[in-house]
Amino acid sequence: MIYADNAATTKLSRPVIDAMLACMEEDYGNPSALYAFGQRAKEKLEEARARIAACLNAEPREIYFTSGGSEADNQAILSAAHLGERKGKKHIISTSFEHHAVLHTLQKLERQGFRVTLLDVHENGVLLPEQVEEAIREDTCLVTVMFANNEIGTIQPIAQIGKICRERGVPFHTDAVQAAGHLPIDVKAQAIDMLSLSAHKFHGPKGIGALYVRRGVYLEPLVEGGAQERGRRAGTENLPAVVGMAVALEESCAAMRENAEKLTFLRDRLIAELEEIPYCELNGDREKRLPGNVSFCFEGIEGESLLLLLDDKGVCASSGSACTSGSLDPSHVLLAIGRKHEVAHGSLRLTLGEEMTEGTIDEIARSVREVVTYLRGISPFWRDLQSGKREHIFKE
Amino acid sequence: MALYSEKVMEHFRHPQNVGTIENADGVGEVGNPVCGDIMKIYLKIEGDVIADVKFETFGCGSAIASSSMATEMIKGKKLSEALAVTNKAVAEALDGLPAHKMHCSVLAEEAIKSAIKDYYDKNGIAYEASDFPDPSHGEHA
Repeated sequence: MIYADNAATTKLSRPVIDAMLACMEEDYGNPSALYAFGQRAKEKLEEARARIAACLNAEPREIYFTSGGSEADNQAILSAAHLGERKGKKHIISTSFEHHAVLHTLQKLERQGFRVTLLDVHENGVLLPEQVEEAIREDTCLVTVMFANNEIGTIQPIAQIGKICRERGVPFHTDAVQAAGHLPIDVKAQAIDMLSLSAHKFHGPKGIGALYVRRGVYLEPLVEGGAQERGRRAGTENLPAVVGMAVALEESCAAMRENAEKLTFLRDRLIAELEEIPYCELNGDREKRLPGNVSFCFEGIEGESLLLLLDDKGVCASSGSACTSGSLDPSHVLLAIGRKHEVAHGSLRLTLGEEMTEGTIDEIARSVREVVTYLRGISPFWRDLQSGKREHIFKE
Repeated sequence: MALYSEKVMEHFRHPQNVGTIENADGVGEVGNPVCGDIMKIYLKIEGDVIADVKFETFGCGSAIASSSMATEMIKGKKLSEALAVTNKAVAEALDGLPAHKMHCSVLAEEAIKSAIKDYYDKNGIAYEASDFPDPSHGEHA
């Protein structure tokens, strides 16, 4: 099997599993308990917090553990919105291609009377900092822009956006779920007020994430019921997962440069090989993209059948077609960068892993080429494109 | 549980009657690229029997499987029998489709009807217009 869906989730690293097992076996005490055994668990928890904070250049007390990226996004956005509301500020700025954890939270706020400006991300899937500058109003209570996009992998100018927001006194949140462990993050240098991350995107366990909140920035709990996380997130801490996340993030950050170099090389090789297939196009900027992200649209075929046949060939991949998104429309991300519906249905996302070799890349490319050719061969849409009855959208 | 039944996967992986028919007696095309599925059915008709049938489909796994199953169900059958094939029958023959994929079987039924109507139109054969409702053009119910 070739696992090429690392943006969906990643394999746990061995050291992460070992650390989690040790924690489950030896440190099952409740960190809130008074006796020494519980306090030892508390120490482990705080040690993990400090290690995670260090990876982001944050202070330990600025890290709050959550169930994952979605919860962190929800909590950050709702907190800023509710504080804003109390000051009469009910305007939020974001982008049209955020993760649904952000977009759906913003839609909920819109129904409660908030105004949301979703900035255009252009054909290359990269926001310009000036757009944020121009969109900020007197009543803006939050800017939330993702660090890197989960589907097309494009990286946003986070430090510049952070600087603008800091100067204008507007809280800035970034969903860094795809970036953490893969791209350098420095919350101080990048002027980030709140940042969401999720452990399973960097070889950590599922069901655990973190929200960084700069000291002094308002945060309210989503879950009530205890004093954990300094009253901001009730519930007994998932210590084995927290410990696993700390190990995973440290590992990923330590190997970041090396991994990025390797993945970028493999990514560009795969892009070059797939571009040899006629009538397809890379989604998102060629340079400003995550090291392991390859996203394409192919004319004349549909993404779900592409995925099923790739699966038969042992390749795990993902698509933004309507049939795979479970809705009637193809991915909002592909539509946001201006892809037409008919090509967005034929999208394919391959997200690479560090264990891959050039041989893996060649095998993926060969499988994609075979499946695309086969599906085009039985597609009346492709026949019409070839005969000139319908016009091609992409160049050959 | 997997998304699709074994039967759907079997027809998706090894679709029957794929292709086109030169100078087909009836051709029906339904769906559109914006919705992400197009089904095209070609008929060779001898007397009132479907002597041969081929299809081409742009769409998801269940769209391809539905086309394959539907063409199997009408091959060698009388036109009246083919017209009686419902989307439900196609879905049942596939051991069921997920609720949000039922429209694929609807497309298959409509493609058959559209191809037969084309045959009637080309040959000046009278028919009840009400037996051939306008295809949904891929609009999802």
